[in-house]
Amino acid sequence: MTQQPVISVRDIVNRFGAQVVHDGVSFDAYRGEIFGIVGGSGSGKSVLLRTLLGLRRPDAGRVDVEGREITAMEQGELREVKRRYGVTFQHGALFSSLTVAQNVALPVVEALDLDEATLERLVELRLRMVGLPVEAAGKYPAQLSGGMVKRAALARALALDPALLFLDEPTAGLDPIAAAAFDDLVLYLRDTLHLTVIMVTHDLDTLARTCDRVAVLVDGQVIVDTLEGIVANDHPWVRQYFHGARGRSVVASLEGRHGA
Amino acid sequence: MGFQAQCDETRRTLLLTGDCRMTDAATLEHELARWRSSAGAEAVLDLVGGGEFDIGPAWLLHRALADLGCAGASVRIEGPVPGHFRFLDELLVREQALAAAATSPAHDPPLVTLGKSIAGHASSASAALAFGGRSLETAAAAWTSRKRLRIPSVVRHAYETGVQAIPVVAVIAFLISVISAYIGAQQLRPFGAEIYTVDLVAIGVLRELGVLLTAIMVAGRTGSAYAAELGVMKLNDEVDALESMGLDPYEVLVLPRVLGLVIALPLLTIVADFMGLAGGGLLTRYLLDLPWPQFFMRLDEAVGSTTFWAGLVKAPVFGVLIALTGTLRGLQVRESSRELGRLTTVAVVQSIFLVIFADALFAIFFLEIDF
Repeated sequence: MTQQPVISVRDIVNRFGAQVVHDGVSFDAYRGEIFGIVGGSGSGKSVLLRTLLGLRRPDAGRVDVEGREITAMEQGELREVKRRYGVTFQHGALFSSLTVAQNVALPVVEALDLDEATLERLVELRLRMVGLPVEAAGKYPAQLSGGMVKRAALARALALDPALLFLDEPTAGLDPIAAAAFDDLVLYLRDTLHLTVIMVTHDLDTLARTCDRVAVLVDGQVIVDTLEGIVANDHPWVRQYFHGARGRSVVASLEGRHGA
Repeated sequence: MGFQAQCDETRRTLLLTGDCRMTDAATLEHELARWRSSAGAEAVLDLVGGGEFDIGPAWLLHRALADLGCAGASVRIEGPVPGHFRFLDELLVREQALAAAATSPAHDPPLVTLGKSIAGHASSASAALAFGGRSLETAAAAWTSRKRLRIPSVVRHAYETGVQAIPVVAVIAFLISVISAYIGAQQLRPFGAEIYTVDLVAIGVLRELGVLLTAIMVAGRTGSAYAAELGVMKLNDEVDALESMGLDPYEVLVLPRVLGLVIALPLLTIVADFMGLAGGGLLTRYLLDLPWPQFFMRLDEAVGSTTFWAGLVKAPVFGVLIALTGTLRGLQVRESSRELGRLTTVAVVQSIFLVIFADALFAIFFLEIDF
């Protein structure tokens, strides 16, 4: 790939006191790519995500978004770049005192000066994009099912037409049908909008179905490859992850994907 | 390339040039509105110089075109349409997609709002009564079994609401009695009756101020803590978890808090009484130069056998009121963090109100029975 990466991570080091979480993590993600991040508990997935989101400054290394180094930016400039981000959190993080429509409208209201009718139209678009029914607009997050919360969170993340979409455990806690539907949705949005999606997930099925490339965090380092390449890797943790009881079916399905 | 939108109303032509980002949505919508409202059978959309569109503005343009179509105008498009139009057409035919979404829930007419508010208050009052009854029932049932009384939990709450509140309650009681003694002495001096400052402070503090101020402090401190604590538990489904284990939240959560406060509040009141008398004594000693023996003699004469008890007997009642209000409001929290804040406020305001109201009833009652 000769094009410029949307997000480029170079030699990230993160430590907490004596504990080194990341010791030189590097990868690039390109436009229209779904990029998975996996790792065991405590391997620093959330710290990495927070670093990419600009919520945490790494102790060393740099992160470039669309060619601009965010790790060296002032707060104000960083805020501009963050407008290019869409983020969903593991538990949705919808504002519980706002309706779904107000949640989706919030980033737009804060960033742009639009009249009520236009806002309504844009909210309608986002809800349509994630496939939420119109009745959901006036509901409060607590009145939604888990799958709908994730969709609403995605609608809010898409509100400002981001170039980069970060999904933290997008399918955790969903039933297999809802999880598969969410995978389809992410694939559909990627295919039609050419979004770059960075996804932290433990869901092996999601990983196999959606991700073009995967970064595995082990021992403070990162192994980046296509899923097939990762599966073939002989690092002990990676072997355990993909060749354990749960991983085997994914490996099997990968072979199926090759056949198709 | 920067985005520009220009509407020529006389020719009903909209000229869009450059890349249209989400940030250009306001500019775009402004020109679209002018374009839509301008007159003419044929509208022209000039996209020859147009660049890439974000999906948000593309949607606004797409909708504007549909509106114009509905209004019976024919639209001629010059240049390439935004690439997202195909995606948007697809969206519109997808089956989940339905009619327009409302940004905010519908508002009721004023009369309905009034009715709903009255009904809400009525059901809130009956819920409070039911809650009190249920707690009493639980207390009666738990009384027979030490295990169900949950003594460690009761002690913890008595400690947190009582012992930890001693410094603030002591200081407040001391200061208030100094203030009332000072004002009393000033008013009584012209009559040569300064000595009665002792009566004023002693009766005031023991009968009313000591217990009332303590209860109000505790309502602010503990009432809010109870409501917030139980509210968060409720939001985290912890209360449901308890119930699913076959435990009674009234027994596990409400009763220990009520009992804890019923123990703590009288003890705090004694502290407040003592500090109040000390404050009054110090002031009369040094402002009125009243020697200590005389102060104690006056105090002994002023304070009847019932004065101290008339204050103290109210403390457990206030404790029950504060604890029940706090726990009830906490358990009423549902769904959102805003509810938590609202109900915590309600808990404090209502428990202070209830304390003062109950104090008024006590005053009338004591007057009637000459206590």
